[in-house]
Amino acid sequence: MTNISGLSWLKALLYVLLTLYAIITLIPFLWALSASFKPLTEIVSGEPNFLPKNFTLDNYKQIFLQEPLFWRWLFNSVAIAISVTLLNLLLNSMAGYALARLRFVGKRFWFFLILAVLAVPAQITLIPTFLILKAIGWLNSYQGMIVPSMVNATFIFMMRQFFVNFPKELEEAAQLDGLNTFGIFRYIVLPLAKPALAAQAVFVFMGSWNNFLLPIVILFDPEMFTLPLGLNTFKGQYISYWNYIMAASMVFTLPALGIYAFFNRYFIQSVTFTGGKG
Amino acid sequence: MFEINRRRINPRWNITEDLSGYMFMMPTILVLGTFVVLPILYAVFLSLQKVQLLGGIEYEFIGFRNFTRLAEDERVWIALRNTAEYVAIVVPTQTILALILAVTLNSGIRGKNWWRILYFLPTVTSSAVLTLIFMWIYNTDGLLNDFLAFAGLPTYNWLGDPAVALKGIMIMNIWSTAPFFMVIYLAALQDIPQTLYEAAELDGANGWQQFIHITLPLLKPVTFFVATVGVIGTFQLFDQSYIFSGGTGGPNNATLTVVLLIYQAVFRNLQMGYAAAIAFLLAAVIIAITLIQRRLFGGERI
Repeated sequence: MTNISGLSWLKALLYVLLTLYAIITLIPFLWALSASFKPLTEIVSGEPNFLPKNFTLDNYKQIFLQEPLFWRWLFNSVAIAISVTLLNLLLNSMAGYALARLRFVGKRFWFFLILAVLAVPAQITLIPTFLILKAIGWLNSYQGMIVPSMVNATFIFMMRQFFVNFPKELEEAAQLDGLNTFGIFRYIVLPLAKPALAAQAVFVFMGSWNNFLLPIVILFDPEMFTLPLGLNTFKGQYISYWNYIMAASMVFTLPALGIYAFFNRYFIQSVTFTGGKG
Repeated sequence: MFEINRRRINPRWNITEDLSGYMFMMPTILVLGTFVVLPILYAVFLSLQKVQLLGGIEYEFIGFRNFTRLAEDERVWIALRNTAEYVAIVVPTQTILALILAVTLNSGIRGKNWWRILYFLPTVTSSAVLTLIFMWIYNTDGLLNDFLAFAGLPTYNWLGDPAVALKGIMIMNIWSTAPFFMVIYLAALQDIPQTLYEAAELDGANGWQQFIHITLPLLKPVTFFVATVGVIGTFQLFDQSYIFSGGTGGPNNATLTVVLLIYQAVFRNLQMGYAAAIAFLLAAVIIAITLIQRRLFGGERI
């Protein structure tokens, strides 16, 4: 740090390191993306070329037009991820708001129960949840995928922290104007909670969209599969058709990337919240 | 004061607030009750039973036999050993990598946000997709072996050789999880007051000394968080092993993990009680390690 040239060498080294790591990050994606536009013959030829020599859309046509269940898997994944996300946003904020602001008998008990739930390892509840869903006839169903996941203790806790630090004056003013608790929540509190809700939306959507263990346990009819499961059976069916598998993987990745890019700002804010002050 | 007075004047106010409180809490109470609290009690019950699934469910109380059976089951030990080896290599490596990336990104380089977004890609991509991409790159004539051969290094049958199959999953997981922890480190680094570094510089501390004596100690709570979440996450390894091995944990049990073993006990062998016992073993291991970590980090709170 003593002279200028020493500093600029260090800077240059940093940029080299960052670029190397960027390459390590991107290569698998670019390799897969490129393969999704290559005919199989080019993939198995063994020449590693990053740009397809014979660019083709046939792989995408194949999975969308010839694979009868692909649309269904896409629909299932979208329907489940969106329902789970919307329900989480609503129910977690309701519970978080009640725990932060309302006074009711047993509030401390429920708060500590939610803290306790945070500490329970998921494997413990997996098998009993499977048996409970079986008993109420919800295996292999949308409600079986949605209802157990529609609240989340982590985000209830997060919302509570958010609402506790929330200025009270607006709510009190609304109360004087004659709004009841639901009105205040709906018209005053929810609109002001947008940043927290956006961050939550990203986490919950990604979690549901990418989930593998829960669907593999409770869904068994291929028609009900979500994309991760569909993709996995797809792999079995097209063992060495890596062109189709990579095209399907790209279709699966796109919505998650879109959501991530769209909410990126809020997402990073919320990570700041978890990491720094949490 | 105002509210306390109002309560005294109108006792019904209390009931209205109780009611709306429970209206707001009801979905949460129902869902957590049915799908978390009830399952925990059910799991305790199951682990003490022999469970038969023949259309309906039949239970037979067998006390702790599921747990004594654990100790004699060779595959439980293999799964535990694989998982422990996985945690022991992946958690420190990804933590150090995340720290290096975060410190590099935080050292006043240009386009910080763009690097961060780019590096974060693997974390937002689903484990199923990543595993498929890596399986293909790991092929005997795949990209990685091409690269290794080009660099004059030995190549491996990453998918079929029991000696390296788990290593392949480790590399993939370090690659995909480190960026998540990098973002957390970055956030924490930004909270360190710049004045500390300025004071250290006046005292003649160089960059490395500042890192060792200021950055690292102040990051300790975050490192505890990163290591704890890392251990919990890696002990639950399932998706990658399942897809890699087609659900078997092969080749030759090399990728068998504890959660995969639980899955097999439930769906291959229909032994719900035994599976519940394995789940408790896993939970006990995770809790024990978290407590040890907390001790090591001097009881820091997250």
